[in-house]
Amino acid sequence: MAVENFAVEASHIMMFARAIGDSNPIYADADHAVTTEPGGIIAPPTFAQASAQFDESYRLRPKPGQPWMGSGKEATGIAPKAPGAPDDAPVGMGARGLHAEQHFEYHRQMRPGDVLSTTVKPGESWEKHSKRAGTLKFSETVTEYRDQGGELVITARSVGVTTEKVVEG
Amino acid sequence: MALSAAKLTVGDTYSEVLVEDLKRTQLVQYAGASGDYNPVHTDEKFVTEIAGYPTVFAHGMLTMGMTGVLLTNYVGDGRLTKFGVRFVNQVWPGDTLTGTAEVIEVREEDGLQFLDLKLTTVNQHDTPVLTGNATARIDA
Repeated sequence: MAVENFAVEASHIMMFARAIGDSNPIYADADHAVTTEPGGIIAPPTFAQASAQFDESYRLRPKPGQPWMGSGKEATGIAPKAPGAPDDAPVGMGARGLHAEQHFEYHRQMRPGDVLSTTVKPGESWEKHSKRAGTLKFSETVTEYRDQGGELVITARSVGVTTEKVVEG
Repeated sequence: MALSAAKLTVGDTYSEVLVEDLKRTQLVQYAGASGDYNPVHTDEKFVTEIAGYPTVFAHGMLTMGMTGVLLTNYVGDGRLTKFGVRFVNQVWPGDTLTGTAEVIEVREEDGLQFLDLKLTTVNQHDTPVLTGNATARIDA
């Protein structure tokens, strides 16, 4: 996820923790959080994924005045691609694209007040054949999240896959 | 409370039910919090008529997020150093997920103690939906 100003905020952490069903008060209650080992509110381990909110060109968020692939009066299916994205852009996307793997390495805890920026590097890509899904095209991206001081906070490696057929796993 | 290396044995397991009867509303909630509004997760008309799936399905990252709850409950706040998963089957509304962390290794590195875990999250049919690994810093 290419972002320049991922401002980590306590209210966003609280909402994210609710969405994953995590009732640990370290994500919502500052008074409790100061009594814990980290000494304050921290983000849950998968919170870096919410950087999508700060990615201007993110393809999976409706934007005012632009076509959206989801249904309105009609079921639609408008191609969910950002301008300039390659035809086989694998990560994210609509029907045939799926998230295959996600790996995080934590260099320190993410906390409210951090303003993170990312550098995104393409990783390897490879193909596999599956009876269930046809030809599978995998591709990897490595995203480094750094704070306002340039310190590395999280390294994320994501693998996306596009399948030839619908998979009803 | 952080875990203690002295009290851990390879093969130890820790399990939790991550969600019972997963609701479509939780998928909406996760879409809003994460910013991933891919309609395959929330839009029944799109997903059945256009994408060709039987119904909406969970974001892989929601399953990873829920598995992360078990993990931080087990190893303690702020102790994870690595967490990686593979999404091996889809998760559907109505699914009940159970996650398990198994101790693979307890080791010392630069004077610090680390715990390596193998992760498996299964649905109500005991079919794995997520497999993975994690590492946490633990006490001696």
